[in-house]
Amino acid sequence: MDHEEQVEHTSHSYSKYFLVWLGLLTLTAITVTVAGINLGDVTIAAALIIASIKSYLVLTVFMHLKTESKTFKVFVIAALFFIIISIVLLFSDYGSTTI
Amino acid sequence: MSNQEQTASAHVHRDDEGSRMGMWLFLFTELILFGGLFFVYSVYRYLHQQDFHVAAKSMNVFIGTANTLILLTSSLTIVLSIVAMQNRKKILSLLLQGITVIFGLLFLVNKYFEWSTEIGHGNYPGSPELLSQSSGHILFFGLYYVMTGLHGLHVIIGMVIIMFMIRFTMKDIITPDSYVKLEAAGLYWHLVDIIWIFLFPLFYLIT
Repeated sequence: MDHEEQVEHTSHSYSKYFLVWLGLLTLTAITVTVAGINLGDVTIAAALIIASIKSYLVLTVFMHLKTESKTFKVFVIAALFFIIISIVLLFSDYGSTTI
Repeated sequence: MSNQEQTASAHVHRDDEGSRMGMWLFLFTELILFGGLFFVYSVYRYLHQQDFHVAAKSMNVFIGTANTLILLTSSLTIVLSIVAMQNRKKILSLLLQGITVIFGLLFLVNKYFEWSTEIGHGNYPGSPELLSQSSGHILFFGLYYVMTGLHGLHVIIGMVIIMFMIRFTMKDIITPDSYVKLEAAGLYWHLVDIIWIFLFPLFYLIT
């Protein structure tokens, strides 16, 4: 559907991708800087949150998930959902056991 | 869909959305592959927090950061090559695809120097120096080599795929009206980028 729209337009913009790229570089700078500061347990959380934001940008803009049909989005959300279930189950086991 | 239909009409019937969907389904299997390794990493990190903390300090943050910037920029160039193709700029698209391959190569060169340094320090699987360390320390380096190694393999595969795309573009198999192959190659390259986005903080930054 979206593909046909794209063919009809004569010019496609490059600028959106440059902006996202700048955003990704900025987030990299932030994550490296934050890692230099000793925040204790927050360090891991901060690094993973920034990595998730970067992945979100790559998935939605670079991988065109934003302009794909709903099916693609449902698939990706389902995949991520199962990963989250796995992590929760994994740590409900290891987190509760003292080894 | 059938051959008769294709020859009957000038408009070739094809399903680009279906092709991209197929690529996404393949990417999910990659997610399972790397996801499993990330699970192993997280459990061992949880069990050996202090050892991972100490071992990660020996990582070269500069090379890690440089490689992050290289891969992020290569993701930009491959997506721009698709835009160039949509805008009917074949030469520009070829140039951007070529730059992406060069960025991939730069990434691997950095990786080569990084691994050489680590191996020079005696930090390689089964080395006497490493085996004399604590088990968490050994696990950290084992996971480091397996995960960045598997990722490096994906970079090599991605480069080969993009080189095929360059050839397809030159032979007009990829055209401004039919570029789903280039899109699929781009999706693969972005996935490799996303995996690195997580590998980088987990091995280089969280110390």
